Amino acid sequence: MAKHHVITTINGDPVEFLCAPEQTLLDVLRDVLYLTGSKEGCASGDCGACSVMLDGRLVCACLVLGVEAQGRSVETIEGMAQGDELHPLQRKFLEHAALQCGVCTPGFLVAAKALLERNSDPTETEVRYWLAGNLCRCTGYDKIVRAVLDAAAEMRGN
Amino acid sequence: MDYRSPRSVKETVDLLAAHDGAAHVLAGGTDLLVKLRAGFVAPQLVVDVKAIPQLRGIETDAGGFRIGAATSCAELGEHRALAAAWPGVVEALQLIGSTQIQGRATLGGNLCNASPAADSVPALIAAGALCQVVGPNGEREVPVEKIVTGPGRTSLSRGEFVVAFRLPKPRPRSGNAYLRFIPRTEMDIAVVGAGVALALDEAGVCTHARVSLGAVAPTPLLLAEAAQALIGSRVDDKAVAALASAASAACKPIDDKRGTVAYRVKVAGVLARRAARIALERARGR
Repeated sequence: MAKHHVITTINGDPVEFLCAPEQTLLDVLRDVLYLTGSKEGCASGDCGACSVMLDGRLVCACLVLGVEAQGRSVETIEGMAQGDELHPLQRKFLEHAALQCGVCTPGFLVAAKALLERNSDPTETEVRYWLAGNLCRCTGYDKIVRAVLDAAAEMRGN
Repeated sequence: MDYRSPRSVKETVDLLAAHDGAAHVLAGGTDLLVKLRAGFVAPQLVVDVKAIPQLRGIETDAGGFRIGAATSCAELGEHRALAAAWPGVVEALQLIGSTQIQGRATLGGNLCNASPAADSVPALIAAGALCQVVGPNGEREVPVEKIVTGPGRTSLSRGEFVVAFRLPKPRPRSGNAYLRFIPRTEMDIAVVGAGVALALDEAGVCTHARVSLGAVAPTPLLLAEAAQALIGSRVDDKAVAALASAASAACKPIDDKRGTVAYRVKVAGVLARRAARIALERARGR
């Protein structure tokens, strides 16, 4: 089957790519565009390691076809730091040691950023429910939750 | 496999007809992409219906709500008027998967995937929702409870697809609720789901009730006897006990890793009773 020519926006930049109809957005990001920050954990939408923003909505890139990116806006972990300056969430993940192996970390960061854009002062319960679709097999979640709450406090100016 | 993203209902009908059963509709993709990867389905064509204006968004009019079948659960969950009118529907769709899943998942997909455990379906059935179905022979309006015929099977004819849902305007003094039981707090599939909608008269007597259960039979169930247990009552302890008995009696569940037959039968009664009490509180508050 002929490949599709897709014109999209990724992290604010216009991007064009060719993809087969069955390729997922995650396949395209990693294998075509070499944006390997988004990880493949389960490839079935359960683990959240491939979390990206699609037109401002948090989604699993493994459950989106690459062709569906046509004309839309995609934000990935690669767009989170501004040059050498880490996003407060990234800094707080380091300060709180909220990662060990790191495979889940890009997904957690993208998902946590989406939360704080909607709710600048979430409760611990709200953080835990929002991040229920992101699995971490190392940390036990507690440090991740604390890092998100601390980043939220800093971003509010406390 | 090829992919098309038609811009109109007519174009979609033509594409599905031209592929005579070898095309699969794509809405949110949260079930379809998993099935594609696993090789459970191998369509020649995937027809993405999200670019069709009639399948997107929520409209309100004097009759109630019209919900495009491919509107994401995340969008639906942010619609205040919908949550105020049909909290049971919104709490059900907010139980589907994770935040990420709700960013893509749709009511049309949740219904047509035809899982017995789909969370939004009992809530829609209790609400009395109708589906607008379009196909090669034109358009028809179908109650939600008439769509699923078995696990993975629907009453849609070849080439038909769901364009929209209609939710009525809530009756005066009415309330509705959906409860799901799972052994954890998030990210699981229903052991039992129960949706209840009811309305009271000015004296507080129940004049209307619809009760629906999920995950306790090959299809979501609409329970006429359980509803009759409420109608004419003040939704008191005796009435909700009768509702619970009728709900348990209607179950035809399977044993699986999520629960045994005996457990599901028992929990179905408990959840139906609790959902009825929440619906009653909401009705009194309206």
